[in-house]
Amino acid sequence: MLSIPCPWCGSRDEREFSFGGEADRNRPRAPELLDDEAWANYLFARRNLCGAARYRVCHSTGCGMWFSLQFDTRTHAAVEPRPLDGNEEGETP
Amino acid sequence: MAENRYSIWSLLRNAWSFHENWQAAWRSPAPASEYDAVIVGGGGHGLAAAYYLAKEFAIRRIAVLERGWIGGGNSGRNTQVVRSNYYYPESARLYEDSLRRYETMGRDLGFNVMLRQSGHVRLIHDAHDLEAARNAANAALLSGIAAEFIGNDELQRMVPCLNLSPTCRFPVQGALVQRRGGIARHDAVVWAYARAADMAGVDIIQQCEVTGILRDGNGVCGVETTQGTIRARRVGISVAGNSGVLAGLAGFHLPIESSALQAMVTEPLKPLFDSVVSSGRIHVYVSQSDRGELVIGAGTDMHPSYAQRGDFAVTRETIRALTELFPIFSRLRLMRQWSGTVDITPDRSPLLGACPLPGVVLNCGWGTGGFKAIPTAGFLLAHHLAVGSPHELAAPFNLSRFSEGRLIDESAAAGVAH
Repeated sequence: MLSIPCPWCGSRDEREFSFGGEADRNRPRAPELLDDEAWANYLFARRNLCGAARYRVCHSTGCGMWFSLQFDTRTHAAVEPRPLDGNEEGETP
Repeated sequence: MAENRYSIWSLLRNAWSFHENWQAAWRSPAPASEYDAVIVGGGGHGLAAAYYLAKEFAIRRIAVLERGWIGGGNSGRNTQVVRSNYYYPESARLYEDSLRRYETMGRDLGFNVMLRQSGHVRLIHDAHDLEAARNAANAALLSGIAAEFIGNDELQRMVPCLNLSPTCRFPVQGALVQRRGGIARHDAVVWAYARAADMAGVDIIQQCEVTGILRDGNGVCGVETTQGTIRARRVGISVAGNSGVLAGLAGFHLPIESSALQAMVTEPLKPLFDSVVSSGRIHVYVSQSDRGELVIGAGTDMHPSYAQRGDFAVTRETIRALTELFPIFSRLRLMRQWSGTVDITPDRSPLLGACPLPGVVLNCGWGTGGFKAIPTAGFLLAHHLAVGSPHELAAPFNLSRFSEGRLIDESAAAGVAH
């Protein structure tokens, strides 16, 4: 089974987690100023990288906390979990 | 060039020479420096597109570029299901066109694709499933596609080993059936189109990975590959789970997430049932191949992946569901388990047509349901490449539907717990 490291609970089975998308996707601060294409871009466009990238993960059937995780989509290596502090930088792809 | 016709006579003739003189079904040419159209991706869709480009649109110089071996991606990893019982009229039209092409494919391409239309059976477990199934049936009927409800008596007759006892963990109340649904031999479909495309003059270039996409002021002008630079003004991208990688080479992002979709086969058994039996509720579907193996399909893994190797958690849940529905399968040996990399769109409908780079035409987003669409997807990609605009079947599935708020939400319609 795939094990995922939660920053608070430690290494737990994959079934306890849900993935919440790429970690550098941030909700635009003024959505009402965006046109349809920019808004659709935020909602739907993905980098969808083959390789390592950071994803948001929720320990849904564990502590319930969200954190970011470096996950390699080729090897399934799951490392470097970091709590989210609400001030994450990052551009929407 | 390939043997013109396979027949009982060619079989006898070749038996005379101990079957040592069969001609290769397709050539392995070196790539030319330029083509009128290049298809990136040598799966069923890409090969079908190349075939239709040559046969129906009279495009002359065509190449299919495949980084591995043809049909080695999702075309060789699927569970062979063909059906057209989708919800929205746009989807129903598209998949029904494809099912009709499957029905004449063997004859059209001169290659046995072993189509078996013994029914696609969608199990109903409770009142909610029944309501959803009624909705789906009405939608299908409105699109002119047959949908039939059967009770447990008929279901037990069709699938004798199915557990229909009331003490089953997820009892079955009946099923919704598309009688014309069924399976076809996945490798045969790939080879049929490869052979036919080759006979029509298409260059099928294997072990040729696209590493870059070249552009000038007018749009795409070629591709960089591991076998050199190839110039072309029309480039079709048909690489399923790797669509995001190719889009990245072309400088844009797609509304696609790639994930692993698992399948597995058991040891061969004597014939037990000949339909495809599916439960959206408990997320398993199964059919029996012509070789007697049970071909078992699952839902996608729950995280993005390009590994072509699903996680055991999904395997376990799938087998748990299977053995609850078919207790006699519990002692069978699983021979193989594998995954494909599926390209999932937000509405689980395909993504076809123009993209930000002029001259590049997309055929992607088929997600977990690409095999059944091979002939039509190929035709639609060929149409757009040749004509420069989408066919009416493809038009609704364009990239701009996301900014227009016009999603074709088959994900909800599938009745599968996501």
